[in-house]
Amino acid sequence: MSMSLGSAVMDRMAAKLQKYNFVKKVNWGRAVVAGIPAFWLGLFFFVPFLVVFKISLTEAAIAIPPYSELLDWDLEEAYISIKINLGNYLFLFEDDFYLDAYLSSVKIAVLSTFFTLLVAFPIAYAIAKSDGSTRVLLLALVILPFWTSFLLRVYAWMEFLKKNGIVNEFLLTIGIIDEPLIMLQTDFAVYIGIVYTYLPFMVLPLYSALEKMDGTLLEAAQDLGSKPTQSFFLVTLPLAMPGVIAGCVLVFIPAVGEFVIPALLGGADTLMIGRVLWDEFFLNRDWPMASAVAIVMLVVLVLPIMLIRNSQGKGEAV
Amino acid sequence: MQTKSRFLTVTAGLGYLFLYAPIFSLIIYSFNKSKLVTVWGGWSLKWYSELFENEQIINAALLSLKIAFISATLAVVLGTMAGFVLSRFGPFKGKMILSGWVTAPLVMPEVITGLSLLLLFVAMEGLFGWPSGRGTLTIIIAHTTFCLAYVAVIVQSRLASMDETLEEAAMDLGAKPGSLFFLVTLPLIMPAIISGWLLSFTLSLDDLVIASFVSGPGNSTLPMVIFSKVRLGVTPEVNALATLMILVVAIGVIGAVYQMRRQATLTVKLDDK
Amino acid sequence: MSFSEQIVPSSMSTEQLPLWKQEGAEPFLRIENVTKNFGDFKAVDNISLDIYKKELFCLLGGSGSGKSTLLRMLAGFETPTSGRILIDGVDMAGIQPWERPVNMMFQSYALFPHLSVADNVAFGLKREGVAKAEIKQRVEEMLGMVQLGHLGKRKPHQLSGGQRQRVALARALIKRPKLLLLDEPLGALDKKLREETQFELINIQEELGVTFVVVTHDQEEAMTLATRIGVMNQGIIVQTDEPHDVYEYPNSKFVADFIGSVNMFEGKVIQDEPDSVQIDSKEAGTTLFVNHGISCAPDQIVNVAIRPEKIRITKKEPEKGVNCIQGIIEEIAYMGSLSVFRVRLASGKEVRVTQPNFTRSMGDRYTWNDAVFLHWDEDSSVVLTS
Repeated sequence: MSMSLGSAVMDRMAAKLQKYNFVKKVNWGRAVVAGIPAFWLGLFFFVPFLVVFKISLTEAAIAIPPYSELLDWDLEEAYISIKINLGNYLFLFEDDFYLDAYLSSVKIAVLSTFFTLLVAFPIAYAIAKSDGSTRVLLLALVILPFWTSFLLRVYAWMEFLKKNGIVNEFLLTIGIIDEPLIMLQTDFAVYIGIVYTYLPFMVLPLYSALEKMDGTLLEAAQDLGSKPTQSFFLVTLPLAMPGVIAGCVLVFIPAVGEFVIPALLGGADTLMIGRVLWDEFFLNRDWPMASAVAIVMLVVLVLPIMLIRNSQGKGEAV
Repeated sequence: MQTKSRFLTVTAGLGYLFLYAPIFSLIIYSFNKSKLVTVWGGWSLKWYSELFENEQIINAALLSLKIAFISATLAVVLGTMAGFVLSRFGPFKGKMILSGWVTAPLVMPEVITGLSLLLLFVAMEGLFGWPSGRGTLTIIIAHTTFCLAYVAVIVQSRLASMDETLEEAAMDLGAKPGSLFFLVTLPLIMPAIISGWLLSFTLSLDDLVIASFVSGPGNSTLPMVIFSKVRLGVTPEVNALATLMILVVAIGVIGAVYQMRRQATLTVKLDDK
Repeated sequence: MSFSEQIVPSSMSTEQLPLWKQEGAEPFLRIENVTKNFGDFKAVDNISLDIYKKELFCLLGGSGSGKSTLLRMLAGFETPTSGRILIDGVDMAGIQPWERPVNMMFQSYALFPHLSVADNVAFGLKREGVAKAEIKQRVEEMLGMVQLGHLGKRKPHQLSGGQRQRVALARALIKRPKLLLLDEPLGALDKKLREETQFELINIQEELGVTFVVVTHDQEEAMTLATRIGVMNQGIIVQTDEPHDVYEYPNSKFVADFIGSVNMFEGKVIQDEPDSVQIDSKEAGTTLFVNHGISCAPDQIVNVAIRPEKIRITKKEPEKGVNCIQGIIEEIAYMGSLSVFRVRLASGKEVRVTQPNFTRSMGDRYTWNDAVFLHWDEDSSVVLTS
């Protein structure tokens, strides 16, 4: 049964392909058009991972480049040796530091994604409920910061949150606090930074989900006896769910590998894996170790995300 | 209902305050005479003139603009090709792989992209002697690669939502595949290509992490200069720089919105006739 | 020409027989055993069809009947799984859409949104490399013909639905195709505009002498437009005939039911003569007389089809007792120009009868539960064997 279904699908795909048979004649043209971007991505996106993987199996060395050779040979003596060093990976699992960094990255990313959702929802809802030029204006106001420099926006928060920054000055003036709060270089500042930076990524998918919602659905819910709060949880939220999921994925992905935000807003104890990799490379100059961190990050964090995204894409297509 | 919309107004308002408060404080303090950011020393354009006298920043800005312009243009050409191939070529061998390569850079943490490209460049230099050393060229290659993915995805989704009968109609009227692309497909996806270029330009201009990995000595881009300055501490001229950049973007966005609204009202008027 | 004049009776000499009725006439479009499979699904199943010059041929069928697939094969967007398509004697196999002497008007019109009306119309000529001055002149001519001469500079989105439809038509006609394919040409227009446009379309077709193949699901549209209709169902053409014949002499239950509405009485053939048949129908509760012969086995079960408007309804028993059945009015629907009755027979069978409202009080003459007689002439009904 499933076999015949599979072949039916294949046949249909083949039939669909026939529709495009006009391109068969210019096959070489097709090959060039497809080949150029494929070659570029293959060389500059795919091959680099093989290089990273190779280097993750070498040892750090005082040399240029600073790692040992994987392969050593001498043709005259018919001598080839392959030296694979699993030490980097073993060290990753032995030292709690790396595990903590991975876990802490995920924790920070999950929490800040949730906070972003909380901040973004009312904004998206307000945009969806407004109309005409107000809507255009509100949308533009959300998108505008996204086009300005990310680095400078993070810098703005450094100025804002520092010990003698505006927030502290303001709180001191109105007398809520007696001495300045230490906000900069804490996890708190990292959360703020992530929420702030990736807010548009959450607002836009939420808005497009809410905008599609038929207003009469809420009226129908109320007509059938549910109070506004109930209608929100029973009608609005379920219908906005595709937007919620899309937004969360869009925020979580860059957040989990973030380097700049923890580097500028976080404290010395704010552990994030992106920062660990950076330090391993730039401070310790241990290229093989940095490569191993990258490979594990790829397998543990990036691949699952890609699989989730793929299954999501298929769900939308159905 | 009333109370709910008041709740909504307040929370959404706080959201917008959260978005804009730091930006406004940045702008205001860029006009502060005093070097101490929190002490108000009166209005002044001092930091702007210092900014324009700072050769390091100016050179970095020029380099960044150059890199962003070249990368965005290359990314648009390659990304449009990739997006077109993926949405209009039907099934072909290796489509899954290409599709994976196109979407993967979008979810790749910058640190990994940066590290892997640097290691590639080092390995290539060792094997072929190219690219010799790292600098502008390697940054352009790196930026093109990840911007390409954004362009491809934008173009692909635009093509997917585009009525395919338009292309069939062109064929029916005698357009061959090549001219079909330039006469019908390209003009129709132009808005996607333009936004892809702008996005690429912005991403390239903004990138710190990847550029830090693949750049060489003496090739500091603007984000790299800002990052090192910011890490060191008080930097009022960065406030001035930020204000200028926000100004440029704001003018651009306002112009785009104005253009959109003008077109919308134009259409409405014609429909009324 | 002179030959046909000699053989046709003098009363017909001014009106030539249509090509499809002439022996040995050369078809303009020949579809030979064409099949199109999508996987296991046969969209078009071994269709053979000849269409002649200057015809306005309608392919009529529901969604999924294969009519659009057939049209797309004529345009070259789909390749037949087997079979041949010949246009003006030339086999179209391997000829690309842009090389075919065929143009298509798309259901969605497919007007290029980035080009002005005039540029849309000029598109095909520009691809042919026609001189600029000639393009300009022909575009003006064509826009004049579809009464859009003043709108050449507009963009498609600034036009009304009816105007867009005419731009699409002009664009498809400007290359003077031998064959014009129209996919639901009036589908997107509202009812009133559709009626006006139908006649415009016929006028243009007659003026230019182009062969039209129209795909539609709307039987009224097909009836008004077509010289001949091909009724399609599940990938095959069930009947090909002139509109009048398709309606009055359907060859199957499907066609009778698909075009207009019809009452069917199942029954057994009890007498079968060359010019008449008698059918004993339990459903009708009487013997039905039909004045055309059928060739079938004795005792065969057949259906007698009678259109609602061909049944007369009376309270008194008619004098001529042939094809007369009794029933009770179950429902009356007053529809302005006519009234529709639903009459229940003793067998339980429901019969639909429509009567034009000759007078204002027509509808009041009958009421629910009235016992009535239904009767019709022997030449009003048709026997369907399949």
